[in-house]
Amino acid sequence: MSQIGSGPAILVEDLTKSFGEVHALRGIDLSVPRGTVLGVLGPNGAGKTTAVRILTTLLLPDGGRAVVEGHDVVHEASAVRRSIGLSGQSAAIQEELTGRENLEIIGRLYHLSRASTRVRATELLKQFDLTEAADRPAKGFSGGMHRRLDLAASLVGRPKVLFLDEPTTGLDPRSRLGMWDIIRSLVAGGTTLLLTTQYLDEADELADEIVVIDRGLVIAAGTSADLKSRVGGDVLEFTVPDRSRLADAAAAISKVADSEPHVDEETGVISVGVGGSGSEALIQAVRALDAAGVETRGLALRRPSLDDVFLALTGHAAEEEDQPGKRRRGRRRDADTAGRASS
Amino acid sequence: MTTVAAEPDAPGLLTQARWAVSDTLTITKRNLLVWMRVPAYIVFTVIQPVIFVLMFRYVFGGAILVHVRGGYVNFLMPGIIAQTAAFATFGTAIALAQELKKGVIDRLRSMPMARSAVLTGRLVADTGRMTVTILIVLGVGYAVGFRFQNGVLPAIAMVLLAILFGLSICCIAAFTGLAIGDEESVQAFGLIWLFPITFLSSAFVPIATMPGWLQAFANNQPVTYVVDTMRALALGGPVEANLWKSLVWLAGIYVVFVPLAVRAYKRAA
Repeated sequence: MSQIGSGPAILVEDLTKSFGEVHALRGIDLSVPRGTVLGVLGPNGAGKTTAVRILTTLLLPDGGRAVVEGHDVVHEASAVRRSIGLSGQSAAIQEELTGRENLEIIGRLYHLSRASTRVRATELLKQFDLTEAADRPAKGFSGGMHRRLDLAASLVGRPKVLFLDEPTTGLDPRSRLGMWDIIRSLVAGGTTLLLTTQYLDEADELADEIVVIDRGLVIAAGTSADLKSRVGGDVLEFTVPDRSRLADAAAAISKVADSEPHVDEETGVISVGVGGSGSEALIQAVRALDAAGVETRGLALRRPSLDDVFLALTGHAAEEEDQPGKRRRGRRRDADTAGRASS
Repeated sequence: MTTVAAEPDAPGLLTQARWAVSDTLTITKRNLLVWMRVPAYIVFTVIQPVIFVLMFRYVFGGAILVHVRGGYVNFLMPGIIAQTAAFATFGTAIALAQELKKGVIDRLRSMPMARSAVLTGRLVADTGRMTVTILIVLGVGYAVGFRFQNGVLPAIAMVLLAILFGLSICCIAAFTGLAIGDEESVQAFGLIWLFPITFLSSAFVPIATMPGWLQAFANNQPVTYVVDTMRALALGGPVEANLWKSLVWLAGIYVVFVPLAVRAYKRAA
């Protein structure tokens, strides 16, 4: 096996994991060079969290192998634990304790001396803009502050490899941008980062390489630019209130588009990749739809989402297999609603 | 693959043992800190047994005929103390279920700390909490007329046995909390069996007043052995036979539930 100090920071080969009938991972391969950021993109239930849990020694794989910083996650779990930091989907902090107490307890559990624990906690509180709130119970923290504190906690032991499982899910847009800045600054310090996300724009902003996971398999890998080129650049989207005219609208729009339009019969939403032609495509679309006499709502151009990547790669929309009660399409729905409200 | 070079900085056994102790102390300290930060926890733990003391002393007590020196309140207190120790473990189960759900346990398990510390630290802190609760309830008992009849050492032994008993239930509670992993479920039914098992014992009434079929159960279950031993220690009377039965039962609980709790912690998903 590779020596410490050479080779990738994370290496995953044919990793499998099932929970009874559910095949969470069906043989994935990953390789993350030191000091780079891998974005693992996929909908809920795709297997992202399972992969992170195996890589952070919380779960044993059924098959395949995973190596972090040269250490096998199964056979050298304690060595792996010494080189990693984990920030999961829910903020793993003790609500009753202050921000500082939370970090100091983690520091003591990393066997730092009392003095260096104190220094490290103060340092991290400052870095994460929590100095003012440091001595208040975390209970009163905002969602963004919780996440920042949780991220700070994952860095107490100065990990070489950091795992962030959906670090911005549930945050408001502003906190999300703040989180991105923080993550960028961490990476600038040379930390290897594996980040899971449901948002293409997040992976786009933060990751050097992106892998797309669907139903336990890697269905695409490459840079953000690679993926976007497969989607076909910007996406034109609109709603046809009269469902009987959907086919006419699709036919009209296909003349100005780069690819086959995707028609959602249920919601009456038509989306289509228009490549880099942007506003030119928008104007042509308006003309074509007008000529066809189809009434539309919320016609707009937007950047590709995870859904578009999924449509392009698999022909089906991103499905959330494990949380049927939740919003099925995440951000895309929000964008739709906003578009309709303003039109 | 797992070569020697892989673990150059692996700590030696002695260091590991030292860390296990220091990690346990850190977790204990954390748990006690949480506990002191939210005084409501103490109030809730104490308020139920105090209400029971007052209710049984003044409401039901008059109707329950017992033949012990000092009357019903002396009969009652060892039973209440045993129940207090058992009920204090609700906190253990709920706290672990919460930590599991919130990802605190995930974080701790992904760190290079001693794996045993989360459980041992929890048990040590909760034993401390249980002890404080027991002493408060004893104080209330004293205020309403309870008196130890058998000297200081047996009185201390009674409290120690109550703690040993509570700690054994604590292991069951830890397992339950980790296995169920959901705060509300744990609260609703995880430890609900503690009610019948403490009431269908010699804790509150003489077993001879129960119907025959119930006596068969009540006479042969561990809470009765523990309470009878505690009562003999507090008020005088033969201790040995019930003490042995209690210790065998408690040992049995530890032997079964410590490994189960450890396994539930390791596998917590």
